[in-house]
Amino acid sequence: MIAVRHVSTRYGATVALDDVSLDVAAGTTHVLLGSSGSGKSTLLRVVLGLVAADTGQALVDGVVVTPAARRHLIGRVGYVVQEGGLYPHLTGRGNVSLPAEAVGWSRERIAARVRGLAELAGFDEAMLQRYPAELSGGQRQRVGLMRALVLDPPLLLLDEPLGALDPIVRADLQAELRRLFAALGKTVLLVTHDVREAVLLGSTITLMRSGRVVQQGTFADLARTPAEPFVTEFLGAQAPPPELRAYL
Amino acid sequence: MTARLAVLALLGVVVVVAAPAGATDGVRVGSKSFTESYVLAELAAQVIEAAEVGRVERRVGLGGTGIAYRAVAHGSVDLYPEYTGTISRAILKDAAVESLAAIRAGLRPLGLTISDPLGFENTYALAVRADAARRLGLERISDLAGHPELRGAFTSGFLERDDGWPGLRRHYGLGLAVVRTIEHALAYQALSSGTVDVIDVFSTDGRLTRPGTVVLRDDRHFFPDYAAVLLARTDFVEAHPRAWAALERTLVGRIDGAAMIRLNALADLQGRSARQVAARFLGREVTDAEERARLIREMGTLTLEHLGLVAAALSLAVLVGLPLGILAARSAVLGQVELMAVGVLQTIPALALLCFMIPLLGIGTLPALVALFLYALLPIVRGTYTGLATLDRQLLEIADVLGLAGWRRLARLELPLASVSVLAGVKTAAIWTVGTATLAAFIGGGGYGTLIVRGLALDDARTILAGAVPAALMALLFHGLFEVVDRWLVPRGLRLVMSRHG
Repeated sequence: MIAVRHVSTRYGATVALDDVSLDVAAGTTHVLLGSSGSGKSTLLRVVLGLVAADTGQALVDGVVVTPAARRHLIGRVGYVVQEGGLYPHLTGRGNVSLPAEAVGWSRERIAARVRGLAELAGFDEAMLQRYPAELSGGQRQRVGLMRALVLDPPLLLLDEPLGALDPIVRADLQAELRRLFAALGKTVLLVTHDVREAVLLGSTITLMRSGRVVQQGTFADLARTPAEPFVTEFLGAQAPPPELRAYL
Repeated sequence: MTARLAVLALLGVVVVVAAPAGATDGVRVGSKSFTESYVLAELAAQVIEAAEVGRVERRVGLGGTGIAYRAVAHGSVDLYPEYTGTISRAILKDAAVESLAAIRAGLRPLGLTISDPLGFENTYALAVRADAARRLGLERISDLAGHPELRGAFTSGFLERDDGWPGLRRHYGLGLAVVRTIEHALAYQALSSGTVDVIDVFSTDGRLTRPGTVVLRDDRHFFPDYAAVLLARTDFVEAHPRAWAALERTLVGRIDGAAMIRLNALADLQGRSARQVAARFLGREVTDAEERARLIREMGTLTLEHLGLVAAALSLAVLVGLPLGILAARSAVLGQVELMAVGVLQTIPALALLCFMIPLLGIGTLPALVALFLYALLPIVRGTYTGLATLDRQLLEIADVLGLAGWRRLARLELPLASVSVLAGVKTAAIWTVGTATLAAFIGGGGYGTLIVRGLALDDARTILAGAVPAALMALLFHGLFEVVDRWLVPRGLRLVMSRHG
C-alpha cells in the first residue's frame, strides 16, 4: 500500500534521505527506527507529501505523492505526531471532529463517530469537552489518535507518537496501540527511536542512519543477522545492562 | 470566533456609515487658532445668526493660514477672518499686491473675495516701558535710533523674518546694544521687570491694555498692512446676500485697534469665552452660568465626536487591515511591499497627513477619519501578518494533511491561532487613534482636540486639560475595553495555554 522508491532529499547541503526504498504491505505495521537526525521523520513527511523528493518517488495505493498532488490522501491517511499535535484553541471534541467537518460530514454523523471512537480508545467522552491545555500528555495523545482515526483511513502514519510521555504512560499506550492496530487492521507506518516500541509494534523494521537504510527486516532478522556492527550497537544500546537482566 | 469577528465588523460598518452624518446645509464660519481669530469668527457667526439666514456651524481653531485657506478654497468653510498682508504674502504670494482692489482681483479666479476692512490692523509693533518712554522721549520707532544702549528681546519669528527685525533695522538704521530671543508669553514680563527695554508685540494684543507698556509709532511705514477683513467664498456672498450685508453693516469699519485690544484682553486676561466677548461687543450678555452650561453640553458633543472618530477609523482599519495582513502573510514579496507602504504612511507626521487630506476631502470629520484610518492600519496589518507568519509549522502541516484549505482553514484554524497577535495590533491602533484624534481639531474634525487647540490659543491650561484629560481617560477606557474583547475573541483554549506559560 505504501511504496518508497529510491527517494533522496537534501536540505541545502545536508543530505536528509539517500536512496531510500521500502514497502509496507496492507494490514502490517512497519517501524522506521533510528536516532534523531537519521531521516526517519523526513521519510514519513515525503510519504505524506509534505516534503518533495529530489529524486525517486513515494506511492500510496499506487499513486505518486507530491506536495502539489496529495488530494487523494485526504481521508485515506491518518497522521499522529508527538504530543498529539492538537489545536490549542479547539476542545478535544473540536480536534477529533475537525477532519470530518473538513469533508462535510453531518453533525449527527460526527457525534456518533466520536462516541464510537471514545469507546474504542477507552476515553471518557466527557473529557473531550476539555481543551488540550487541560489534558495530560497521555490524554492528548489519545485525542490525537482519535483525530487520526475519525475518517477511518486505511493508512495510519505516526511520528514519534509516544515520544513525549513518561515511561508508565508510554508502556500503557504502547500496549493500547498494539491492540488497536491488530483490532482495526490498519496499514501502519510508525517512526520511533525506541527499540522496545519497535519490537512491540512493528511486524517489520527499517533501521536508518544518516538518511540511509541500514537494514530492513523483522526484529529477529536484525538481531540475528545484523548487516553491519551498527545494528547490534543500536539495538544493544537500549537493552538493559546485563547485571539488571536478572530482575526483568 | 469567526462569527464574533463578523459581528464586530458589522458593528464597524454601522459606525462608519453613521459617522459622517454631521454634514450641514447652514453657513460655516472658520477661524485660525489664536484668540483674535476665534473672537472675530464668533462675531461673524453671531451676526449671521441674528440675520436669521439659517444655522451657523463653527469650524473654528483651524491650525494656521495654510489649513484655513485650503478650507475656504475647498468650500469646507464659507468665510473666516484674515489679514490683507497675509492674503498678499501667504495666499497670493505677491507682497506687491496691497490695495483692496488688487487683492480682490487676485482672489477672484480662486472663487474668493474679501469684505472691506473691519477697522483695525494687527501687525508687528515695538513696545517699550512707559516710564522709559517718558524718560527718553520715545514715541516713534525712529526715536530708538538715538538710544543704541537699549536691550531688545524679540520672538524668533520676528528675529528671522525679513518683514521683522532684519528689515526694520535696515529701514530705520537702528542698532541695539543687546538683541535676544524670547518666548512671546514671557516678553511682557521681561519688559515690565526691566530685564529688557524693547520687545516685539502684535498691535492688538490684549496685554497692551495693561498700564506700563507703550507701543511705538511706525513713523516710516515699515510694517506692511495687516488690516483685518473677512475672507469669504464668492458663491457664499452671492447665495446669502442678507448675511453678507449684515456682516458689512455690523462689523466693517466698526472695530478699531483699541476695541480689538479690549476684546482680546477680555478673552486672554479675563477668561471670557469667545462667545461671551462677541456677545458683549454686539450689546448682549452671555452669563458665566449660561457659558458653563454650554461648555458641559459641548463636552458631551466633543466626547461623542471623539468616540465616533476613533470607532469609525478603527473599524475601517480593521476591515481593511485584516485582509491586508492576511494577504501579506500569503506572499513574501507582497508582504514586504505592503508592510513598507503602511510603514511609510506611519512616518508622515500626523499633522502633515491631516493637511494632505484637505485638498482631497476638505476639512471636517471625513478627512480626519481618513487620516486616522491610515494611521491605524500599520499596527493592525503588522499584528495580523506577524500572527499568521509565526504560526506553529506542525499545526499547519496537520491542516495540510487534513485537507483544510482556503476560507475554512483561515477561519477555523489560522485566525483563531493568530488572534492574540491580531488583537494586540488592534489594541495598539485603538490607543494610538484616541491620542492622534486630538489632532483632528486642527482641520475642524472636532473631538477633544478642539479644547486643546483652544486652550493653546488662549494660553489657558484649564481648557487644555479639559481636552487632554478626557482623551487620556478614553485611552484607558479603550485599554480596559480590549481586556474584555480579548476574553471574548481569544479562544479559551489559547488563553489556557498562555496562563500556563505566563
